[in-house]
Amino acid sequence: MTQAPLLQVKELSKTFGGIRALEKVSFDVHEGEILGIIGPNGSGKTTIVNGITGFIRLTSGQVLFRGRDIAGKPAHKIADMGVTRTFQIMRPYYSLPAYKNLVIPLFSPRARRTGGWRGGGRLGDRHTVGIDILEEIGFERDSHVPYKATATLPTGYLKRLELARCLALKPEIIICDEVFSGLSMSEIASMVPLIERLQMDGITLIMIEHRLRELFKVASRVMVLNFGRKLMEGPPAEVMADARVKEAYFGSREVREVMDHA
Amino acid sequence: MIMNQNTPQRRRERIDRGIKVRCQGIYSLMSWREMTYITAPRAALIAGLLALPLVMPGMYWQRVISIVCIYALLAVGFDFLAHFVGLVSLGGAFFVGVGGYLAAILNTAWALPPIATIPAATVIGATLCTLLLLPCLPLRGVYFAIVTLMYPLFLARVIEALDILGGTDGIMGIDGFGGRWTEQYAVIGMLLIVLFAVRRLVNTDIGLVLRGVKDNDQAIRASGMNVTRYKALAVFITAAMGCMSGAFLVHIYMWSGISQFALDFSILPIAATVIGGGGTLAGPVIGCLILVPVSELLRDFGTLRIVFYALILVAFIVFRSEGIMVYAQRKYHQFERWTQV
Repeated sequence: MTQAPLLQVKELSKTFGGIRALEKVSFDVHEGEILGIIGPNGSGKTTIVNGITGFIRLTSGQVLFRGRDIAGKPAHKIADMGVTRTFQIMRPYYSLPAYKNLVIPLFSPRARRTGGWRGGGRLGDRHTVGIDILEEIGFERDSHVPYKATATLPTGYLKRLELARCLALKPEIIICDEVFSGLSMSEIASMVPLIERLQMDGITLIMIEHRLRELFKVASRVMVLNFGRKLMEGPPAEVMADARVKEAYFGSREVREVMDHA
Repeated sequence: MIMNQNTPQRRRERIDRGIKVRCQGIYSLMSWREMTYITAPRAALIAGLLALPLVMPGMYWQRVISIVCIYALLAVGFDFLAHFVGLVSLGGAFFVGVGGYLAAILNTAWALPPIATIPAATVIGATLCTLLLLPCLPLRGVYFAIVTLMYPLFLARVIEALDILGGTDGIMGIDGFGGRWTEQYAVIGMLLIVLFAVRRLVNTDIGLVLRGVKDNDQAIRASGMNVTRYKALAVFITAAMGCMSGAFLVHIYMWSGISQFALDFSILPIAATVIGGGGTLAGPVIGCLILVPVSELLRDFGTLRIVFYALILVAFIVFRSEGIMVYAQRKYHQFERWTQV
């Protein structure tokens, strides 16, 4: 790697009371890549997301974004720099129609500076820009879907809405906390090209996933967490073949078959 | 399913009226019927409020109408903060007290007329209230409610104990409005302006952000916006309405005292919002139009007054928990029919 990493995480630690959720986890994310983070339940994946994006206070460690330490900054400032996230449990504005969900992030200082996704520094009418973003993310523009009450939308659209909220900020990094989980096979199948397109648009992605087959398809590197520690890191093929990962992540032999499929 | 084969299940189905659907398009502007359908409820509210002082039997009831409007300002503020920003504030009395005392001081110390003291007390008071509430803004739900309830109690005791600002006697010799018609229409006009301004505000983009704060403040943070700032803005708007009503109040009574920190100003707006229908903004005004006169009528019953008052409230909560305005809107926009399941 010739360039300095876009995001450098150094010795991140977080304890909840006596529980060590994260212990000195370090990793780099380079511009334009997709880093996958996998690990069994409770291994600290979501804690990493919360830690990087300022949603929890870290016990120790540094998070360098373009060389600037962002650890300890409030969440809205970190998002304002372009480090955005989705939530595993979707957090849309349920009382609003889908497209008005995007008016809110488009009102943010960052969106006003940048003009939102694809915006050339000037932000047009927020409702129109919102519908444009929704269309690109897979809401059928001429159908009634973008105008439906958010509470009535199926999970697939809500996951897309999470991504759309990040896109409205014209992000540099999107940290996706399980965007594939809870989706049907066909929904995932339509989501994968979307992720690839985001990467082609120059957005760096960190993807936390349980759907390994799809993750290994898109990720350039994968990091494995176990009990709050980094187990290993490497290209998908290497991670797949690693015996420690199989043991830690799956525990038993029979699930190996799943890995072989992936 | 097999059990109920003989008695077909029925349920009530609600369908939007044809005219309501037609009114959603721009074409509705070409038809008098549709335009009337849209504007009639608003016009009725405006005309009704403006006509109220004229139909009142005497001075006493005209004064009651002024008080109704003062409570209505508070209730609209409460509804805005609770249903559009998600902060349940019991600080109505706090806002009234701060606004009232400020207007009183400005009027007695610098001899400013009401036309100057009311806007000044509104802005300065709202700023003061927002600054004092700033530390509580991270609180949510019932915790915010309890803290805002403490403020008026605290300030009243401070004034009483330190004997400042007139102590228990209050500040006397404040200018009135100079005429009962001026007084009436100043309050009613202000209420109408505030009501329609807030209605407009909640539908603008910044209003959507405020509604987002209620729905999901984590998503607001994830969108790069400071939740506390937007909460502070909303509290400022509500406090401005409260302080304005307090300033009107001292000029109407020509007296300012610690009774302006009384719990009535915190509780009655909430009751009015419950009766009128939360989240409708016009509902709380209607709620005040019912509750304040009712509580005046019940004065004849002495201490039993509160019993009847409570009964009315309970009846509303049991039989029309959604609130008058929500019910009325539903009836206006939709019709019902029975369908087989």
